Amino acid sequence: MELYRSHVLVCAGAGCISSACKAVQSTLVDEIEKNGLADEIKVVETGCMGPCDLGPVVMVFPDGVFYQKLTPGDATEIVTEHLLKGNVVERLLHTPAGSQEKVKGINQMEFFKRQTRIALRNSGIINPESVEEYIARDGYRAMGRVLSQMTPEQVVDAIKESGLRGRGGAGFPTGLKWEFTAKAPGSPKYVVCNADEGDPGAFMDRSILEGDPHSVLEAMAICGYAIGANSGYIYVRAEYPLAVERLEIALQKAREYGLLGDNIFGAGFSFDIEIRVGAGAFVCGEETALLASIEGQRGEPRPKPPFPAQEGLWGKPTVINNVETLACIAPIILNGAPWFAAIGTEKSKGTKVFALAGKINNTGLVEVPMGTPLREIIYDIGGGIPDGKQFKAVQTGGPSGGCIPADYLDTPVDYESLNKLGAIMGSGGMIIVDEDTCMVDLAKFFLEFVQEESCGKCSPCRIGTKRMLEIMERITAGHGKEGDIELLEELSQGIKNSALCGLGQTAPNPVLSTLQYFRSEYEAHVYDKKCPAGACQALLTYYIDAKACNGCGLCRKICPSGAVAGEKKKPHIIDMEICIKCGTCKQKCKFNAIITI
Amino acid sequence: MSTVTLTIDGKQVEVAAGTSVLEAARLAGIKIPTLCFLKDLNEVGACRVCLVEVQGARALQASCVIPAANGMAVRTNTPAVRRARRLNLELIMSNHPRECLTCPRSTNCELQQLASELGISELRFAGDLPPYEPDHSSLSLARDPRKCILCRRCVSVCEKVQQVHAISPQERGFNTVVAPAFCEPLGDVACINCGQCVLVCPTAAIHEKDQTAEVWAALSDPGKHVVVQTAPAVRVSIGEIFGQEPGSVVTGQLVAALRRLGFDKVFDTDFTADLTIIEEGSELLQRIKEGGRLPLITSCSPGWIKFIEHFYPEMLAHLSTCKSPQQMFGALAKTYYAEKAGLDPADIFVVSIMPCTAKKYEAQREEMRDSGYQDVDVVLTTRELGKMLKEAGIEFSALEEEEYDSPLGISTGAGVIFGATGGVMEAALRTAYELVTGEALPSLDLHDVRGLEGVKEASVDIKGTVLKVAVTNGLGNARKILDKVRNGEEYHFIEIMCCPGGCIGGGGQPIPTTTEIRAKRAAGAYRADQAMVLRKSHENPAVQELYKEFLGQPLGHKSHELLHTHYVPRSKF
Repeated sequence: MELYRSHVLVCAGAGCISSACKAVQSTLVDEIEKNGLADEIKVVETGCMGPCDLGPVVMVFPDGVFYQKLTPGDATEIVTEHLLKGNVVERLLHTPAGSQEKVKGINQMEFFKRQTRIALRNSGIINPESVEEYIARDGYRAMGRVLSQMTPEQVVDAIKESGLRGRGGAGFPTGLKWEFTAKAPGSPKYVVCNADEGDPGAFMDRSILEGDPHSVLEAMAICGYAIGANSGYIYVRAEYPLAVERLEIALQKAREYGLLGDNIFGAGFSFDIEIRVGAGAFVCGEETALLASIEGQRGEPRPKPPFPAQEGLWGKPTVINNVETLACIAPIILNGAPWFAAIGTEKSKGTKVFALAGKINNTGLVEVPMGTPLREIIYDIGGGIPDGKQFKAVQTGGPSGGCIPADYLDTPVDYESLNKLGAIMGSGGMIIVDEDTCMVDLAKFFLEFVQEESCGKCSPCRIGTKRMLEIMERITAGHGKEGDIELLEELSQGIKNSALCGLGQTAPNPVLSTLQYFRSEYEAHVYDKKCPAGACQALLTYYIDAKACNGCGLCRKICPSGAVAGEKKKPHIIDMEICIKCGTCKQKCKFNAIITI
Repeated sequence: MSTVTLTIDGKQVEVAAGTSVLEAARLAGIKIPTLCFLKDLNEVGACRVCLVEVQGARALQASCVIPAANGMAVRTNTPAVRRARRLNLELIMSNHPRECLTCPRSTNCELQQLASELGISELRFAGDLPPYEPDHSSLSLARDPRKCILCRRCVSVCEKVQQVHAISPQERGFNTVVAPAFCEPLGDVACINCGQCVLVCPTAAIHEKDQTAEVWAALSDPGKHVVVQTAPAVRVSIGEIFGQEPGSVVTGQLVAALRRLGFDKVFDTDFTADLTIIEEGSELLQRIKEGGRLPLITSCSPGWIKFIEHFYPEMLAHLSTCKSPQQMFGALAKTYYAEKAGLDPADIFVVSIMPCTAKKYEAQREEMRDSGYQDVDVVLTTRELGKMLKEAGIEFSALEEEEYDSPLGISTGAGVIFGATGGVMEAALRTAYELVTGEALPSLDLHDVRGLEGVKEASVDIKGTVLKVAVTNGLGNARKILDKVRNGEEYHFIEIMCCPGGCIGGGGQPIPTTTEIRAKRAAGAYRADQAMVLRKSHENPAVQELYKEFLGQPLGHKSHELLHTHYVPRSKF
């Protein structure tokens, strides 16, 4: 094996790719070559490292130095200064939010320090296209142990004992699911990996597939052994081409190495996996819809029971696990169920990956023990709210989740606590909003999403969410009527109580939770025709502050509807009868003289 | 059989394992409203009207799909249940055009009925409607997606019973629409026009193409000699439209009513049904004798014909070349009858009253113009005739019975049973047996081929020659038999009727048409047969006269010209 004095890890997660990490990477390789360092330094393309808004990012080992927001020019400097001369390039280091000091290494960054990475253990560290690197990090050892030393029952018991629950949304105990399927009559049985990650802003599953695909393949084989299945399917959305590509490479390598296929490790167990690419319907993440889609049917849910554990794919007993759930399996087998169960809270064991997005300094992917308080995730790891704004709420659990206000920032994040607040864990999306966000508008956004993604099978979801959206649209447009809030409540409860599938039943959650915590904002829209956050354009009134206005006339010139009048060098005024509330004047005014109420 | 015990509204109920809560409640005398549900056929839990509370469940449950379980405690009439049912119904209504006053299904609409039962007195929700327009491309059926409540019954019947798959949900969410793939017009796809979708539609989202105006126009045209033929299955169903019991035999009233409407002659398709038996029976005997293509398969049912053309075109040679009785009638009406009555065929206007929507398409096929004109001008369904009679103010049930006109109104009991599955086979065997042996069948009632089962097989010993026959109804069942034939199973004669139960369950029949109602109509047909003096087609004196005066021999030159046809291979898409 070749030894290198230094490894340069280049994040090639989809986020960094879109900020042009490939150019940085090729410059690194070229410059290393040019400087005669090719035998000493290896550039490794990895999966997502997590801090996505800092991309392209690079880590240099063994020093543990973290560089951010790199250009190809920066890459040259890293080679000539750091790799050649040993001088860390200070200007490319990270400055934590709220601090003036640059930090050199990942060990000093709160973002990394406070994480416990189990599902993401290899993401950002290994080359996802190299099965050798996965093996070097204990890859396929768990499968080896399972096949050589454990009975299927022992595997099921270990997963049960670990307390692992489904990371895809509902949090059903994984071990129980395996047990039900193992015991269900019928054959063949199937293992299905649900990689139809569809929540806006959530990308942990994609990152795992892109960064550590073998961890999913290994876990599926282990599950197959535990439940008595010889084939599996990965249902992944077509919008994840890189994940599909890396999965295909991983499958091919695993088959080449005898890690999948017939008689694995000579243990008499055969298992193989096929990829099924979904066409992007959100509802296909719902397990029965997903199964229908794999079967070639229209992707829509069917009533349960029967559950997939009894009658799943082609009517046969089937385990469906989400990507992140599967990524936890091998470490549980290797480190033992008690190790995993010791992490987290009483009912929520292990860690959870969250995708931080919205008004937060460190957007990206983080993995923390269950029970970590929201405040720690948002402020310590996430670096708090940018531009000195006030935190208003965090929306968890994707479009079917709920909004949690500032009063509950000390809530430990686990399945039960979030449910109690009217939110859900969901797949782990966290969208942080600040004082400038209108909660009615936010709820409308999510409702729009679920309404568009409704499969159309059951009437409450198909028509009910549409009628809710129509009400939300008129409220935010200033046409809200007395009784609208009550109608929204009635519709929300009705849909929650009577829709066919989980997607429909949770569709009204954004409205319900914002009504619970921010009802006054709804009332202001409906009764006062005001948007307290100043976000709903139709409800704004524009004024010119006579003291701040010096009469430059810019607003008068750019106003598309001719609503601004005034003499040069004298304060101007806006005629609200003519104003179309486009906001251009406010954006362009250099003196902050234009105020919205 | 294992059973489970549950309580419904405090009442203990024991039912067979696997029974739905809805069925269990019905067995216990508790009615739960439904809309999308269709027993054994469409149990999808889509409309969410049949919701109930199940103790311990997170949300309300659709009783049509949740299996009864031991110890389950169900409540069907709580405030939460009533609220949710009403809300879901209100939502469905908010998405449905308010055209009840002018709707063809008004007063016979399940949505309207349910709204009345649940006491919906106010429309609280209004908003966008899905962006679809009616589709009139089919010659038989008119789709009105605006009125569709997406219950999916039509999809289920098309997929599971007929196995045609002509329609399915397209698009998604609020824009979901039941339509042919890619929203192609219905007239351009492999729809076989059977109209079973119409029978199960709770609203008027799909119905027959209304041609009553054309018939009214012909009736009021003094230059037209308007003759009408009535299919065998209509006489046992049209009474239902006027409040009579399903299966009531109302032949005499039907004839009288048609005269009141102003038809110049009231004839009977049973006449050409008898004629079909002579031609088809002769064809069968000829194929057996001369080693022709066997099995011979019947060709009376135009939905079936289009089905085999689309899905089994390589088997078309098995079909009898006989036209359907409707089309034999049309061809004779504008030739034989015109000659006999001294009329210019151009002035004859032939109307058919059929239990069938596919007959509308059949009448307009290119091959069906052997008289030199379109042989049958307009086909009305049983339902359309009902509408005309109501509009004309005819008190159907109070009419004195009248007789059909001669000669095309003379028929036998064999013609009557054409309307039920197995009837063509039975009629054919009555005649074939006698033609071959010169003796009458020991018993005219062939119970082996009667009844509503999907596939019936029998062997008939004709003095040493054993005929192996099969009878199917519903095209899903037809597939089973065709696949058997394809795999080398040997039969001599197969009767295939497109619709479940045969024509008595046809897509043009009164709504509702259920399995129970089908059985009653079939029983009516067999009663009518029993009541006839003549029960064998070859004994029909008018048919004998027809051969003597006009056709000459069965399978003769003139028969080939007027009574036989050919078929067109079509694609599946």
